[in-house]
Formats: sequence, structure tokens, C-alpha cells
Amino acid sequence: MLTINPIRWGKQYKSLDFQEVFHFDTGEPIAKIGQVNGGMVEMDMRKAANARKALRSIPTPELIARCKKAAHLFEHETLPLGDGHQTVDEFIHQQSASTGLPEHMCRNNMQKNCFVLSNIDTILDALTRGLDLDIFSKGYGEEGRNVTVSYQCQTPVLGAVLPNNSPGVHTLWLPAVPLQVGLVLKPGSQEPWTPYRMISAYIEAGIPAEAFCLYPGGHDVGSTIMNKCSRSMIFGSAHTVDQYSGNPRVQAHGPGFSKILIGDDVVDQWEDYLDLMVESVLSNSGRSCINCSGIWASRHTKAIGEALAARMGAIEILPPTDPKAALAAFTNPQMAKGTYAMVQQDLAEAGVTDMTASFGERLVERERSAYLRPMVVTADSPQRGVAMKEYMFPFVSVVQCSQKDMIKSIGSTLVGTALTADEAWIDDLTNATHIDRLNIGPMPTSRLNWLQPHEGNLIDFLFRSRAYQVVPMRVPQSVG
Amino acid sequence: MTVSSPAWLATTEQIATAKQSLDQHAYESVQWHFHDSTGSPFWLEKKKELKFDPLTEVKVFDDLKKFPEFEDEWLRGGPINRWIPKGLLGKPAYVFETGGTTGIPKSRMVIDDFRIDYELFSHTLPDEYFPKGSNWLMLGPSGPRRLRLAIEHLCQYRGGICFCIDLDPRWVVKLIKKGWMEHLEEYKRHCIDQAITILTANHDIKCMFTTPKLLESLAAGLAEKDTSIQEIGITGIFSGGTEFTPQWTRFCVEELLGGPAEESGVYMTPTYGNTLMGLACSRPVILEEDYTIAYYAPQPRAVVEVVDFDDHTKVVGYGETGRVKLYTMTKEFFVPGFLERDEGEREMPYKKYPWDGVSGVRPYRAFASSTTVGVY
Repeated sequence: MLTINPIRWGKQYKSLDFQEVFHFDTGEPIAKIGQVNGGMVEMDMRKAANARKALRSIPTPELIARCKKAAHLFEHETLPLGDGHQTVDEFIHQQSASTGLPEHMCRNNMQKNCFVLSNIDTILDALTRGLDLDIFSKGYGEEGRNVTVSYQCQTPVLGAVLPNNSPGVHTLWLPAVPLQVGLVLKPGSQEPWTPYRMISAYIEAGIPAEAFCLYPGGHDVGSTIMNKCSRSMIFGSAHTVDQYSGNPRVQAHGPGFSKILIGDDVVDQWEDYLDLMVESVLSNSGRSCINCSGIWASRHTKAIGEALAARMGAIEILPPTDPKAALAAFTNPQMAKGTYAMVQQDLAEAGVTDMTASFGERLVERERSAYLRPMVVTADSPQRGVAMKEYMFPFVSVVQCSQKDMIKSIGSTLVGTALTADEAWIDDLTNATHIDRLNIGPMPTSRLNWLQPHEGNLIDFLFRSRAYQVVPMRVPQSVG
Repeated sequence: MTVSSPAWLATTEQIATAKQSLDQHAYESVQWHFHDSTGSPFWLEKKKELKFDPLTEVKVFDDLKKFPEFEDEWLRGGPINRWIPKGLLGKPAYVFETGGTTGIPKSRMVIDDFRIDYELFSHTLPDEYFPKGSNWLMLGPSGPRRLRLAIEHLCQYRGGICFCIDLDPRWVVKLIKKGWMEHLEEYKRHCIDQAITILTANHDIKCMFTTPKLLESLAAGLAEKDTSIQEIGITGIFSGGTEFTPQWTRFCVEELLGGPAEESGVYMTPTYGNTLMGLACSRPVILEEDYTIAYYAPQPRAVVEVVDFDDHTKVVGYGETGRVKLYTMTKEFFVPGFLERDEGEREMPYKKYPWDGVSGVRPYRAFASSTTVGVY
């Protein structure tokens, strides 16, 4: 069995503590993963400055070239992993086995990560609004209008407490490396695969190994990373997001509550957008924060709900290796049962209707795992509790709400796709600060343009723009 | 877990002698605690509920299994005096508490046990690293706890003076339960600051007691000041109070203390114990045994068994996992079998402690998720 060791500034550490990872369906052990403790992280962080120093020793264009090479290695080559090696197919199989995601979805997520890294120069160009990357390396430089600008790096490393269930989110920390910021990652216990493979690819591509730490471990490891890294990301629940709200050191990522908002000008043609709605709800088995959890319209909500139920309600569970598999397993069956119990509470409220009720059982329990088949519910008002819910499976509430009340009623929305050409409403949507990513027009919520910042611009998070004035100095020549 | 036949294994003769001594001690303890002239009000009252006569039917240690399991809930609330054996009436008594973050804490009446236990423990400490006459730092819980006085007595017994800090573990538990993690960090820093202030005040402190978590924090606090436990002159650390894992011990030895004692000059000994029992010592914790931590109770005053999860009278096989069961038999206190909130593997007798031990001690699986462990 594969043994995956913690990595401390590029060096494998052979821990005496292990956690085994099992196949969600067969129970077969896949790997054992060495664990560290928070104290170890704390001691290591004293050397964090070396990570940035090592990365700064390589010019940014060269780092970008190596990142592109890493992208290729990540997607196509066999790479060192723990005490062995990992082929691409093994990666896909292992990730699927521990997360419950169908293999073709793992492959899509892999390609998504690879796409970001392959296009890192374009993405950085977009995130920096075209600034010379040397400014970020040196700390200051000439902007091009005879103006000196300074971007001061706020941390030698970016910490990240990574999730278990969503291999797509890793795109968020990948650009730190070409910005010469090291990575201190706590992989999710069921999804160590992407961070390990990505770091392996980086190192194989010639990025200095001492820029990376991978710390599998318990809660104390996560809290120490958050405490000791001046900038860190965490992926968790709405509670986690609230906990770190307003903390400039932390970028917290939680549920997205992403929505499709249908304007009165097009709502009578709702059928034209049915494919878009299904894709937004169903892609990646509804696990992402960018999956649509609410479709809001002033009328036709029952018809929309029925049509979505007809498209998604009958979707069956297929083996994870089946390229048509649309549903991911809950590797912890208790989580599926708990989720389903919460949905039942939502359905108990008057004005809420389960449109998928006639399509068979939703909760399907297996020996070691469980599935929740897609659910479409309608709510006759934004006041219904279900209007503000998001679950870890394809679940959408179709909410009846007048256009004039929609913006103030939708609540926090990570991705809002507005189906409208109403200029006045578009203006209101543009100014709504509780919508993060705004798509105007028929764009599925789950399709991201990587040239746009996602949940905050990484540049703004890692660097501080500040004044920097340079006046030439006359230095006396030394004598002798 | 150790299952082969290592060099440290006790001989058959050593084991037999220890067993004989334990049987004799168990018999005498029961005679003391259940005789009307010497027993405590608590046990004399309990005797009435028993379906056997302990004075005539307990002849050897295994006969203690006739008693119902000791319930630590009996220790909550008073009167505390019901625990004082008549044979010890009039002696100055202490009360040591455990728990108590909310509700009534568990109280144990103590007269001399903490002194005796820690004097016995003192003889297990290597003088090379715990020099006689050197001063100590007690970096652990203060207040109505055994450790505070016990460590001070240990230090005094070895000819030193013990420095202490203020640390209220009940407040720490409250901070964790409230989720006030920033306050928790600040409180930890407050404790470590006190310790560093003492350690840097030229008091010639060479030895200390601390818990694993506080040791980690102390090392980090010293590192922030560009120094270390080794540099500051500590040579002997007696640690306990919370769970030890081999991995943590290895990290501690290799990274906090500067290497194995023979290289770094700093020796750390893990211990296992609580207010009900004395102090269980560990076999030397070494790299060659993957830092396995095996504890041995201070027999015959206390006994540790590893018992079947379902049948608590049945000891599991060597190397097998079970629940930790404690027995205490001193003149002051009698515990005829108490199920600890821990589990572990049964260890073979060690030549220095020729009786069963326990390794891999960790929270009992059925309680693990509901217990706040390692709070200080």
C-alpha cells in the first residue's frame, strides 16, 4: 500500500502516526498518510522566510515557464508520490475512491487545475491588470506612466486548510508560486491527492522544494497554519466563513449559495435556458460552491420545477468508473442521512413542494456509503427556509419572487447568473454587493472565466499596494 | 505495542515475586479498609451492600474482582470526611479535585499518598538529568490539584526549590467549549510568559514538570526569543497530564529537546496517572522501539490492567487492545477496579517493573469524540 509522508519544506518526513484512506465502496485500503501535529507546524514556520527567498531566487518568467511544465507533468506524467509513484490513471482512481466523485469528474477537475496552471501568465496578467510581475518580486517598480508603484508582499507563504470533497478548489492557491510565495497546505483527509500531485509536479518541474509544506493532520494542524501564516485560506461551512469574516489574514471559502435570477423580460422563455439550469445544478454532482442552489423567477416556477425534475429526478446511481455517472457518493453515509433529514425539515414547511417526489427514493444507502439523488423543490416565497439552503448534492429550490424584490431577498450569492437584458435591473445587480461573481446573460453558474478574480483577488490578498518614493542619493566615494 | 521477547523482559522469578507481593498487599489493604476499627465510613457502609465478606473472601489480588466496579461519581460531593479511614483519623488531610469546569468536581481525600507516590517516582528518575539539589519549575495546573503539591514535594524531596505558575485548567476548558480560541491562545501565552520569566531569572532551574502541550508551547515561546529548552539549562523533564503518542514523543525529543538525552543532555520521561491512582512510569522511550510508550503502575500500591471492552473482569492477551482498568490500594484510598476513560495495548512485564503494563494509551473509543482532552 502506498505511504504518503508529510512534506516539510520539501523534505519527506516519516511520521509514526498514520491515517488510512479507504475506498468508499469496497472498503479496500488505498493509502496510509503520515500525520503531523500543530507543534511541528509551529516550529517549521520559523523558517517560512526561506520559502519566499528560494522562489525569489528564480526570475518570474522562469517560474512561469516551470509552472507550465508542472501543468503538463500534473496532467500527463507519472510522478513521485510518497514512497512510490503515481500514474495519471492511478490519481484519478484514488481520488474517486476516497472522495466518492465519479472518475470522469475527477478528470475534469484535474483538467481545470491544469488549465489554470498552463495559462498562469495570462491569469496573472488579468489579476495584476497587466503590471510587470517584477514589481511583485522586487516590491516596487515603474508602472509605465512614469509612476512608481509598490506592492509589498504580506507573507512569505500562503497557508491553506483544504477541503475533502471538492478537487476543483485547488485552482485558488496555485498562482501563489509564480508570485514567489511558498505554500503551506493541510490537505483534506479524503482528498490529499491533488495537493500532493501538484506539489510533486512543481518540484519535478524545477520549482525549489523548500517552498512547500504538506501537513496532513488533525484540527490542531489547521489552527496552527491559520495562526502562524500571515495569509491563509480555509474551506469550510458558513460558520467557518462567519468566524473569519473581516479578518484580513484569512480568505474563508464556504457555501456559495449560487443562483440563477430570471428577469421578467425573459421569464416567459424560461425553457430556452433549461440546459443552462441543469448544468448549473448538476455539474460536479452539485458539490461545488459554484453549483446553482436557487433559481429565482417571478412566474412559471412550478413549470420550471417540473421541467428540472423531469430532467434530473430520474438520474440513477452509476458506478464511479462509468463515464455517464452524474452522482457522487457520500463516503460518510451518516452525512447523507443527516443531509436528507435536513431536507425533510425544509419540505415540511407550507409552500414548499418536492418536484422530484414521484421519481423514486432520494436517499440510497449502501454498505459503506450513501447517495442522494437530485432534488428539485419549489418555494412560493423567498420567506421559505429552503430558499436559502445549499446542500452537497444536486439540490435546487425554484423560488417565486418578484423581480423588484429579488436582489434584496437572495442573500449572499457567490455566483449570480442574471438572465435578462433589462439595463436598469442589470445596473442594480451590478451594484449589489452581496453578489460576488456576476454573469449577465446565459452563462451557467458553474462555468468560470479564470481571467476573473474568484472570491477576492489573490493579488490583493497577498500584496499591499503602498506608496514608494525614490529620490536619487548622492553617495560619497569611498577613500582608498 | 511490544509482542516479541525483548531484552528488557522480566524473568519468571521476578514476575512471581511481584505477584506474591501484590497478593499479600491486596489482602492487607482489604483487611484495613473493611475492618470496623480502621476502615473509612464510605467502605464500611459499602460493605453492607456486598454479597460477600471482603475480610474472609479476599485473599489474593484476583479476589478484588468480586467487588463491583468503582464509580468515580461516588467522589462527587461530600462529606469528604467519609473517605478518611478510621485508622488515620486526626492526621492532616488534603482534598485534591478533578473536573469541576461545571458542576461539582470529583474530590479525593489525601493524607500522605501524594508524597509517597512521588518519592517512589523520584527513585526512578536518573540523577544525571534530574540532579539532586537543583531547582524545578512546575509548569502545569495549579489550584486544588494534586500535581501542584506533588511536584513541589518531589522537588523538595530531591533537595530543590520548586517555582510555580498560575494555570486554571477549568478556565481553559471553558474557553474551548465557548470557542474563544483567541482567548485560549492568549491564556496559553500568559502561562508560557510566566514560565519564561522564571526560567530566565537566574534561578538555576534544571528540572521541570509540564504537560505535552505546554512543553510544545514553551519550546515555541523560547524559540521566538532565539533560545531553546536545551540552551536555557533544563536537563530533566517529567511530563504527563495528557495523552502522549509515540509520534509526539519523537517530535519532542528530536525537535524540541535537541535529540536523544545522550546527545542533547535533555531527558524527558512520559508518565501516566491521575488523582485516583499514583504515577505510572514508562519504560525508556527510544527510537529503536519506535518511541513506544509503555506505562507500568507503581505496584503493589496501584495496578493497571488492560481488560476486554465487554467483559471488564477479563484481561486481554499481550499486545491486544482493551480498556484501561485501575486499582488503588493504599492506606488512605481503596479502588477495587475503576474503568479509566482510556484504552491501550497490554504490555509484557519489564525487568524494572515485573508486572503488566499498558502502551498506546489514548481516549477510549466510545468516549473519544465527546471528551475534551489535552486542554493544558
